Amino acid sequence: MVLLQAMVLILVGLSGAAVVTIREPLRQGIAMSYYGLLLGLLFFLLQAPDVAMSQIAVGAVALPFMILLALARLKYQREQRERQKETPS
Amino acid sequence: MTPALRLRLFLPAALLLTLLLAWALSGAPRFGTFDGRYGQWLNHHTVPQRHVTDVVTAINFDYRGWDTLGEEFILFISVIGVRLLLRTQRDERETRPRDQAPGRRATSSSASVRVLGLALIGPLVLYGLDVVTHGQLTPGGGFQGGVVLATALWLVYLAGSYETMLHVTPETLVGWTEAAGAGGYALIGLYGWLTGVAYLQNVLPLGQVGSVFSGGTIPLISLAVAGAVTGGFVLLLRAFLAEALQVRSRS
Repeated sequence: MVLLQAMVLILVGLSGAAVVTIREPLRQGIAMSYYGLLLGLLFFLLQAPDVAMSQIAVGAVALPFMILLALARLKYQREQRERQKETPS
Repeated sequence: MTPALRLRLFLPAALLLTLLLAWALSGAPRFGTFDGRYGQWLNHHTVPQRHVTDVVTAINFDYRGWDTLGEEFILFISVIGVRLLLRTQRDERETRPRDQAPGRRATSSSASVRVLGLALIGPLVLYGLDVVTHGQLTPGGGFQGGVVLATALWLVYLAGSYETMLHVTPETLVGWTEAAGAGGYALIGLYGWLTGVAYLQNVLPLGQVGSVFSGGTIPLISLAVAGAVTGGFVLLLRAFLAEALQVRSRS
């Protein structure tokens, strides 16, 4: 059990570092989803299932989802601005 | 500041921090040991005092129910704030939802996503309701179950379509669910106050340990929180999706 906890703890550290080192927002959002899932797994292994459930639902699903939607919106805005520059009305 | 100077400042600071951290950690309790008096007291007294088998839920909705009320209103106000920020601005207009790229029809999600999503919606709703209603017995409760219920509705968008998602979550109903949940929590607390004891004191009959109807006000508060959380998260999803798919700047 302690071995499993140690393994997941290391994975949480690695994925957390990955979230910080990845600079591209879309990949960062996906990496953060994995990080949230692993953190939830760690909470579960440390016998905190209540917190694990909240963590997985919020950290692995809700937050990355909102980031992805916000990125989609920003991408649209950027494309539209470039389009306006190309064809001045 | 040159990089060399920065490095020269960083190295001694990092060394000092490492030494202090090692010193502090050497005095920490062994991994896995727990020495919290309050936690041990709760583990010992929650079942006889509140007839609730999930101590965490008893803490959230009873012993520290006042804190959770504050947290619930943080969520409530955050959702209102997001809706206010993402409202349709004067220089924007709402169009029919379509794919991001101009002049291209929306790509529908793949067959595997649709099949998996459709198969998961029903079980996920049941699982969410189960988590909400059994918070006093097993891990879970209103917050966790509420988020699960909200994700079930997100699956409707992924497996079905945006229109279907809008159709099954009428804005008025979702808004009222959120408001009733948040207000219900405060009202349950007020009931204790009206009967002559403290605000949020557990005044209802506690029932039998292990029964779904145990814990007095705890399952009721859990239900209220579920309403507030499900409603709040669905409202957030609707606001974000509308912003990404429907709102266009006037040009």
